[in-house]
Amino acid sequence: MLRFFLSRLLTFIPTFIGVTLVSFAFIRLLPGDPIIVMAGERGLTDERYAELQEKFGFDRPLAVQFWEYLTGVVQGDLGESFVTNRPVWDEFFALFPATLELSICAIIIAILLGIPAGVIAAVNRGKFFDRALMSTALVGYSMPIFWWALLLIIVFSGNLGWTPVSGRIDLLYFFDDVTGFMLIDSLLSGQDGAFRSAARHLILPSIVLATIPLAVIARQTRSAMLEVLSEDYIRTARAKGLSSGRVNGLHALRNAMIPVITVIGLSVGTLMAGAILTESIFSWPGIGKWMVDSIFRRDYPVVQGGLLLIALIVMLVNLIVDLLYGLINPRIRHRE
Amino acid sequence: MSLLRIRNLSVDFQTSGGLFRAVDSVDLEVNAGDILAIVGESGSGKSVSMLAAMGLLPWSAKVTADEISFDGTDLGGLRGSARRKLIGRDMSMIFQEPMSSLNPCFTIGFQIKEVLRQHLGLKGSAATDRAIELLDMVGIPDPARRLSAFPFQLSGGMNQRVMIAIAIACTPRLLIADEPTTALDVTIQAQILELLTGLQAETGMGLILITHDMGVVAETAERVSVQYAGQKVEEQPVIDLFDRPQHPYTAALLAALPERATERRLPTIPGAVPGAFDRPQGCLFSPRCRYADETCRTVAPPVQSAALGWARCHYPLSATEGVIAEETAQ
Ligand SMILES: Nc1ncnc2c1ncn2[C@@H]1O[C@H](COP(=O)(O)OP(=O)(O)OP(=O)(O)O)[C@@H](O)[C@H]1O
Ligand SMILES: [Mg+2]
Repeated sequence: MLRFFLSRLLTFIPTFIGVTLVSFAFIRLLPGDPIIVMAGERGLTDERYAELQEKFGFDRPLAVQFWEYLTGVVQGDLGESFVTNRPVWDEFFALFPATLELSICAIIIAILLGIPAGVIAAVNRGKFFDRALMSTALVGYSMPIFWWALLLIIVFSGNLGWTPVSGRIDLLYFFDDVTGFMLIDSLLSGQDGAFRSAARHLILPSIVLATIPLAVIARQTRSAMLEVLSEDYIRTARAKGLSSGRVNGLHALRNAMIPVITVIGLSVGTLMAGAILTESIFSWPGIGKWMVDSIFRRDYPVVQGGLLLIALIVMLVNLIVDLLYGLINPRIRHRE
Repeated sequence: MSLLRIRNLSVDFQTSGGLFRAVDSVDLEVNAGDILAIVGESGSGKSVSMLAAMGLLPWSAKVTADEISFDGTDLGGLRGSARRKLIGRDMSMIFQEPMSSLNPCFTIGFQIKEVLRQHLGLKGSAATDRAIELLDMVGIPDPARRLSAFPFQLSGGMNQRVMIAIAIACTPRLLIADEPTTALDVTIQAQILELLTGLQAETGMGLILITHDMGVVAETAERVSVQYAGQKVEEQPVIDLFDRPQHPYTAALLAALPERATERRLPTIPGAVPGAFDRPQGCLFSPRCRYADETCRTVAPPVQSAALGWARCHYPLSATEGVIAEETAQ
């Protein structure tokens, strides 16, 4: 297990360099010069432009710029934002908990609803519930996120007035960041109604962000279950006279979880992409919104650093998923 | 009262090419203490008919029968939970595919103890003790240590023994063993058969033994039912069957036995069991039967009397004995 872990860690290195290169190239491929964008309406003189170019190092060849960036990154220096002049690290850590809270809620919703839905659909294959569920999943999967978000906002915030439209908590409440998770901090603050407010802010964005992973997990669970249900060992389980709950929920699901875990890991990547849109729509102050804002400002270091950190998180989650995979699949665990 | 009674059982599978009849009006009866062997070539519906009795066929199978009853209880009319009390306890089955019949995600111990707990309420160390005892009975060395092994860590033969241990865990009244020894080597085959017959003698359970192996039939069974292309074509006590087979298919099967190959002229049976789309009219065996005539090819044969081994044949062999004697003499 340890060797498995270390070898996975080794494969991180080329991936890491690749991601650094891609994020470095990506922002430079976008049309628009960061210095012009920063200057805004006022414009600026040629001398001032040249001065700034030199300051940010844009006058040097790209290869040199990349090399400098890479050596910085390896030493843990992601540079500073052109706009705020604060280290990228600091900004990232200030905003990351908001995204993490949203993502965790979304993935929990997706898992808690997706797996049972897939199991029930598989057990009732071809029947009404199965068809209804799978059509719904297809709709959920193919619906544009922003459209779905707007629809929910119109119904639940507009018509019903149940949920707020933006932010993480009502401005009324103010308390210190302890964990960065609004749900936990609001509870710790002991302020009346703070938790309710935080939860109400969280619910719509979580649902929006959960939609695609939910559809993917439900479909994958269903197809994995269908495959497992026709296995000989399921027949053995039924031949023991076990209840159908135990046959489906233990004997079948345990085996079906192996591919489902992989899909859950992969959907963390999708989650990050979804977070960018969701956070922008709901003005959720997380790294998704931060990235979008920075792209518009051509804030090179932030975009580069942000992409790199997001990629790192996705890789880490996938590593954890691989470890989990080993735990759930005895064949891997016992491979010498 | 008979332990298991099946009358006019048919099983159709929904396939992409339409319905396929895997079992065709089969009758079967087993009493406590009986050992019935079911023989027949691959694809003759032996497993499917027994899975139908156990209620273990997949959703794509449609089962019809005049009667499937266990000890007088109609299994077809039994609701889920009542049926589950019976299956795995009073009536259990050893499957043909040992490698894939155990759940790869759970240990051997878990899978044995699960059935002990389900039907006998055994838990904790009582269950562990019984599981070790069962593994010991089926000849697994070092049973205590094996409890924590996963199926893929054991050989096919070991898995088959674990399957047997699970099947006999609650001392069933009827045990269906579907080719219990195919995955095992010869010496172990004998051991396992001895174990099964020993257990049968000890507990007086009914035993249905599905096999290809006429040698095994001769050694263990009391009665033999021969199946061909989903139909039962003959049933006789084992001595009579070996002595005077009534259906040409049975005769051909017996002739395929190595020690008999010199005595009779059919070393192997030419042709193959008909599939879904090449089912002949008339007698299903007629394309491969050396005695077949026009009647056989066009008219479905009747089931003959008990004296003629219930043979599903127009011309049971002892009714036409003279003809055979002549042909063999040539
Ligand atoms: N799930 C299924 N779907 C469709 N056809 C099936 C299914 N299971 C079995 N069959 C078909 O039913 C027929 C009888 O199969 P069965 O397994 O009972 O044969 P068998 O006599 O046990 O053969 P063997 O000696 O090889 O075990 C075969 O032609 C097989 O292809
Ligand atoms: Mg079979």
